[in-house]
Amino acid sequence: MFSSLNNFGGSLFDEFRRLDDELNAASGRWPWPAGIRSVARGTYPQINVGATADQVDIYLFAAGLDPASIDISMQKNLLTVAGERKAPVEKDADYYRKERFDGPFRRVITLPDDVDPDGVEARYRDGVLQIHVQRREATQPRQIVVQ
Amino acid sequence: MTENTTEGKDVTTRENREVQTQEPDSVLRAPVDIFEDTEGITLLADMPGVNKDSLNLQVDKDSLIVEGDARIDMPEGMEALYADVRSTRYRRSFALSGELETDRIDASLKDGVLRVRIPKRAEARPRKIEIRAG
Repeated sequence: MFSSLNNFGGSLFDEFRRLDDELNAASGRWPWPAGIRSVARGTYPQINVGATADQVDIYLFAAGLDPASIDISMQKNLLTVAGERKAPVEKDADYYRKERFDGPFRRVITLPDDVDPDGVEARYRDGVLQIHVQRREATQPRQIVVQ
Repeated sequence: MTENTTEGKDVTTRENREVQTQEPDSVLRAPVDIFEDTEGITLLADMPGVNKDSLNLQVDKDSLIVEGDARIDMPEGMEALYADVRSTRYRRSFALSGELETDRIDASLKDGVLRVRIPKRAEARPRKIEIRAG
């Protein structure tokens, strides 16, 4: 059921590249309405969202987080993830670059309508926070008999 | 610090090995903090999804190359709904200078944050210059 750890180039990220092309093409034609809760591209943490028939997976690329500081909540189909990443400035050191984000963050993500707020699991590993959300079983398609 | 730590010797003698079979079109540029104190230079890089096995550090007297592959397990047949991150390969390189003691480089990786510390040669550290009176 799950693809191997090494199989990341062939499926989901090809989808993301296709999505990238589509988004770029669309934004060239007319102003694409941004989600009212969306944030600027590149904001920490960056997020990917993928879906299968059974679940929706949210990946937050959040290196250096203290798992205890992460607060995940779900209201209907709105998922909120808040936390804080500390990257304090070292004293007695001269900084040449300070690109890494330091401070609190909060992301609100709109998920498909059929997600189950009670079916949420989260795991933090190697700097990626993975959130799995179960989807409610879809109603069976109804066969329509032609008279 | 001992978990996920790459010993100094391992980093300098490691050969350039392929960390993945497929080459993505674009590369992720990990955000870094770089700071210097009297003893050496420290680099911190955000590389979420990278673990010790998928990290490749190459250092010689002239340059430091940081490469890594983000390894994320995903269910089969997953369809993308939204994506900020569209590649799995990190790569960034830095030119070094002669007073950095690359033989004594130290690297560690925890929760996707890489910490590289390169000490400065003893003779290159700032010395307080005594001022003679008279």
